[in-house]
Amino acid sequence: MTDWLFLTEVFLAGLGSGALYAVTGVAFVLIYKATRVVNLAIGEILMLGGYAFFGAAAGWHLPAWVALPVAILAGALVGAVVERGLIRPMLGESPISVFMVTIGLGSILAGFVQIVWGADPLRLPEFLPSAPIFIGEAYVAPKVAYGFLAAMVVVTAFVLGLRFSRGGVALKATAADQAAAYSVGIDVPRVFSLSWIVACGVAAGAGVLVGAIGGISPTMGVFGLSVLVVVIVGGLDSMAGALVGGLFIGVVEAFAGTFLGGEYRFLVTFSILILILMVRPYGLFGTHEIERL
Amino acid sequence: MRIGTLKTDYAADEALFDTRLQKLLILLACAAAVLFPFVASPYWLFLACLCAINVASATGLNILTGYTGLVSLGQAAFMSVGAYAVAVLEIHAGTPFLLNLLIGGLLTALVGIGVGIPSLRVKGLYLAIATIAASVVLHFVFAHWPLTGGMQGLSMPPARLFGLALDQPFQLYWLILPVTGLMVLGAANLFRTRVGRAFIAIRDRDISAEVLGIPLLRYKLMSFAVSSFYAGLAGGLWAYFFRVVTPESFPLVNSIFYLAAIIVGGMGTILGGILGAVFMTMVPELLKFVAGLVTPFYPDALALLAPVRTIVFGALIVGFLIFEPHGLAEIWRRIRRFFHLWPFRT
Amino acid sequence: MRGPPVTEAARDVILDVEGVSLAFGGVRALTDVSFSVRRGSITAVIGPNGAGKTSLFNTISGFYRPRSGNIAFDGRSLAGTAPPERARLGLARTFQNIALFRGMTVLDNIKLGRHAHMRTGLLDALVYRGRARREELELRAEIEERIIDFLEIQHIRNAPVATLPYGLRKRVELARALVMRPRLLMLDEPVAGMNREETEDMARFILDVKEEWDVTILMVEHDMGMVMDISDHVVVLNFGQVIAEGGPAAVQADPAVVAAYLGAGDLGRRLSGPEAA
Repeated sequence: MTDWLFLTEVFLAGLGSGALYAVTGVAFVLIYKATRVVNLAIGEILMLGGYAFFGAAAGWHLPAWVALPVAILAGALVGAVVERGLIRPMLGESPISVFMVTIGLGSILAGFVQIVWGADPLRLPEFLPSAPIFIGEAYVAPKVAYGFLAAMVVVTAFVLGLRFSRGGVALKATAADQAAAYSVGIDVPRVFSLSWIVACGVAAGAGVLVGAIGGISPTMGVFGLSVLVVVIVGGLDSMAGALVGGLFIGVVEAFAGTFLGGEYRFLVTFSILILILMVRPYGLFGTHEIERL
Repeated sequence: MRIGTLKTDYAADEALFDTRLQKLLILLACAAAVLFPFVASPYWLFLACLCAINVASATGLNILTGYTGLVSLGQAAFMSVGAYAVAVLEIHAGTPFLLNLLIGGLLTALVGIGVGIPSLRVKGLYLAIATIAASVVLHFVFAHWPLTGGMQGLSMPPARLFGLALDQPFQLYWLILPVTGLMVLGAANLFRTRVGRAFIAIRDRDISAEVLGIPLLRYKLMSFAVSSFYAGLAGGLWAYFFRVVTPESFPLVNSIFYLAAIIVGGMGTILGGILGAVFMTMVPELLKFVAGLVTPFYPDALALLAPVRTIVFGALIVGFLIFEPHGLAEIWRRIRRFFHLWPFRT
Repeated sequence: MRGPPVTEAARDVILDVEGVSLAFGGVRALTDVSFSVRRGSITAVIGPNGAGKTSLFNTISGFYRPRSGNIAFDGRSLAGTAPPERARLGLARTFQNIALFRGMTVLDNIKLGRHAHMRTGLLDALVYRGRARREELELRAEIEERIIDFLEIQHIRNAPVATLPYGLRKRVELARALVMRPRLLMLDEPVAGMNREETEDMARFILDVKEEWDVTILMVEHDMGMVMDISDHVVVLNFGQVIAEGGPAAVQADPAVVAAYLGAGDLGRRLSGPEAA
């Protein structure tokens, strides 16, 4: 007799973590669309957000509703600095080189966090309501539920904003053809900067949520590897893909973790990655890149 | 000043070391390598062996990533295949260590070919990500397979030569250095022939390479095979050196280490692989030394060693990519060029 | 698959393009293109921009599979033959945008042309002493004596190709194509972007190649002067179709060709003179 309630709870938990994957994926896609950079340091920026919140809330004893914007701003600031200082000079270099730069960046951030706050995992001060939440009869951890809500609001804002706002149009234009965008008056360098700033801010915010659920540690950056799978599945330049991919991977990981065991989570995720790379390398919604002879 | 370098036949022009001075320097370096173990402390012997193992692996990665342009973040995972193969053979089969190393290398080459098969459909960044996936899968397999000791790993007896156990760095030096030397020589030779040229062609412009008659998949797989063979051999040497192989011996971050080594050293040059590997191996030792110096004033220095190393690591990657993308080898070349004309001004 | 050539005339033909059509989605790049290239000739393919000339070359090279039609090289059909195999059969080609390998010197680039005909394997290469060394030295000697002197590039043999000016790079690409021991050499815009002097040099090289090397030449070119001067046979493409074929003078006077280049309106008629009216 299948325990539907249990399955539903696992499913909902998966959706919850999937939403966080989705929102981080959206940040990743934003950077990729605007600057064509595969930012492997997205996990470390997420981690930085969690630590910034910790520093503000636990270190400076700021209330949570101040600490959260501080964390997001910290992320945005790092995004601005990185874009100007590391990515701009690499304009025109091979994408592999830029990819490696982001890997180096990740190392720098991880080391920095460990120096300031030590290597042990830490818990964030509680700031979310802790009343248990029930959907029908299924229990959902409150942090997961609020995380889901926040993440979905942000993702929806992005998907709609991309479609309907001037910034979104500018972004899509830059993504399609930088030179053409420039020539119609779009400030392409500004698109670059803003995309990194917004994306890193969002990732930092997501980091606060992830940290609230599971605590923070200098190895939190591995979250980025799962996000990488999410965006490959969804398509590197598709926000809708990040949403669908994120929720999908979240649910799959939840079931794998519950029924196969914790160590199998990563294996399952990466097996999906291998499958997608073989069958549909551009992901579910990504644009197919055509090679000109 | 570079004078008297007139060549009178093609063989002389095609040689690896074409000036008298170069040949002399190589001879001196060999002599120094032979004398070294007799004068060095165990610490420096240990470092020398570690450097050599890293040079071997970095050279292998350079063939795949630097010369053929196939970015791989799986070098550490390939090393683990070689290491485990050697450990299993040594524990269960008792076969001679040279044979074990060879089998380990060949096995790793097979795994490498398997990982490389998608490389025709999957390009560039996607291939790099696929190698990460392969690393995760290999790690999982080794951590859950009884043959490889699961999470505990394997503890193995030392290599034996005519009954003598090679368990000291002094003895292992005489195994590791020559093997590494041969591997580097083999790599250098590769790029004097059509095989190496094909690799470079695939990196620079694979479509044109096809038009010129180079079957892409075959050569890409060959590159994976050679590079993995090198990794497997390096992993085997590592196993004989440390005698304990666990799933945590070759984490993903090690793959980043080797990639950083070839970036810092200079991708696509044999010298780059050597310089980069030695440099990256010595940097943590240098940091340890500095931490030791600073400890009297700042007692927490040693505790910060690990994260500082991580930062320096990342900073080296970023710094070299932005400021000196052709690595230490390019710096060396500039110095050489200066001396080619010295005492005349450039 | 076609059978072997039977008639005298058929043996004379080295490349036979028959009814080739190529489309990318809705864009019809080539429509029912047919022409033959006679052995030992210099055949030029001309036409306005976008006419499908490079698509034609890419189809002959094997990168595009035609929707219909057949291409026969030396009597045997090329259908299903991959590009590396076509190179081995003797089909060499240069590219419009120069496809030299920037990470190598001139000498290495040229040596690479011989790849398909060499026999050094992986093990030979790692060891080097023995077969690999012998092959390399033989190749080096042959390149020096036959090609480097011929194309007058002795002074740049060890230069990295990235440092060379445009004209010399085109010459190196030609050198590399020659090393392939081609039977048919396809040149994609060999004198594009060259000044008068460079164009004349290149034209001279092409003629020398035809005469001394027993190679058939098929080239795409926009420089009408050069085309008319050195070609034996001209094929004109427009909008993916062959609109004229024949000797240079005949093609030049063909009204369809004139219309394609100069337009069919008043201006075209006036510029092309009374014959076109």
